[in-house]
Amino acid sequence: MPSQIVSLVVNGERREFIAVPGATLLASLRESLGLTAAKRGCAQGACGTCTVLVDGRPEVACLVAVETVAGREVRTLEGVAAGGELDEVQSAFVDCFATQCGFCTAGMIMVAEALLERDPDPSEEDVVEAISGNVCRCTGYRPIVIAILEAARRRRAKSPQEEAVAR
Amino acid sequence: MALLRGRGYASVNYPTGMNLGGDPSQALIHATTTGTFVISLSSVDLGQGIKTIAAQCAAETLGLPIANVLVDTADTDTGPHCMGTFASRGTHRVGNAVIMAAAEARGVMLEVAAEELEVDAADLETDGTGFIRLKGAEEKRIHITDLALAAHFKHGRTISGRGIYLKEPSAPVPETGEMDPDSCQAHACTAAVVEVDDETGVVEVLELYNAYEIGRALNPAMATQQVEGGAWMGVSHALFETTEPYYPSREHGPRDFAGYLMPGPADIPVQHSLFLERPAGNGPYGAKGIGEMTANAPIPAIANAIFDACGVRLESMPFTPERVLRGLDALRLKVEEPC
Repeated sequence: MPSQIVSLVVNGERREFIAVPGATLLASLRESLGLTAAKRGCAQGACGTCTVLVDGRPEVACLVAVETVAGREVRTLEGVAAGGELDEVQSAFVDCFATQCGFCTAGMIMVAEALLERDPDPSEEDVVEAISGNVCRCTGYRPIVIAILEAARRRRAKSPQEEAVAR
Repeated sequence: MALLRGRGYASVNYPTGMNLGGDPSQALIHATTTGTFVISLSSVDLGQGIKTIAAQCAAETLGLPIANVLVDTADTDTGPHCMGTFASRGTHRVGNAVIMAAAEARGVMLEVAAEELEVDAADLETDGTGFIRLKGAEEKRIHITDLALAAHFKHGRTISGRGIYLKEPSAPVPETGEMDPDSCQAHACTAAVVEVDDETGVVEVLELYNAYEIGRALNPAMATQQVEGGAWMGVSHALFETTEPYYPSREHGPRDFAGYLMPGPADIPVQHSLFLERPAGNGPYGAKGIGEMTANAPIPAIANAIFDACGVRLESMPFTPERVLRGLDALRLKVEEPC
């Protein structure tokens, strides 16, 4: 099977690159596009550190063959800090000490972004469920749960009008 | 069949730094032209927070805001020597080296400020916001940015300093065995509250109470994080992690990380943590190391809590449902056997 040209919309920008047969979305992001925020942990979908959003849904990029998502919208951590400014989730992770070694952080933040996108006011149980596919070996999870709840609060406080409209 | 609740505790003493010594780390510090103090280290921050601690130690010693400190751990080939971040030694060794380097740099900083302000260096103090000022005459002051520029372009001085902390080797005295094996020791105690299901053998850790005597918590939020993250790892060792589970056959064991169990975010106990601070004489601002010890005490505490809950004394980790059930079976057998 020959290599093929694959086109994705990555962080709002159309990107084209050559993918070898069987190339994963993760390998394509990291090696073809130089976007290294998503990490290669277990490479079998068990640790969640490679999580990116495909059409807004969290996916473990190590299990996705890149040609199966051709043309779709992919969002990575690099697309979260628009203009270099940390967003509410990132700044809450910093302020709540929700990182230590940082290897799980990119995946945790992408899962949190997807959660807050579909539910701006999640319960603690919702947060725990959302991150349950992501392994953290340092923090014991508690600071991450607190950070995501804090991020939800900050985002709601930032856009009270938008929230009122949504209701 | 019931859920049996039990409590247990365990304590740990943990040495800071490499046993027997011969254990140095170095730090170099210099001011850029605009008054940022760059700390060069070969010590690596792998998430334990040594960059934060080094910056805090430097800022405190220099008397400047932490924003004026930049930590560069870029290259172990070109940086000053560090033995490594192991043996719970980073805060103690590197912190001491940074304080020594920053103290020398502070001396130069005050000398140059004395020339600029035409006063005696001994009469100067830092105000913690970035100014060096004359004691008792606070309007006579100079900002570190102006001072660093003047040092470079007017006085031809480098505001810099060198630091090293060396724990010298200590061989035992042959006659008595006496020796000085470590620099200081941190102490901790964990109490665990568990629930044991005597039908399934599943152990759940409900609460952990962590008390740590670590000399001084240089950064209380990070120290708490280390204690509670480490306790999580202790729970993981105690209840889950093994490559050789207590199954009839090795073939049923985990072959990858999907089958290698660890507690997830829904399995975490409620934790209560506090620090007792008895500064170590040789620690940076009194601090001892708490890197590795945090995973230790929870494990025997959980074993003791299981014993308290159901009378089963487990001596091998992890405390899996199979081991708990076999322990309960053995207890019942004992009771039924006539003496």
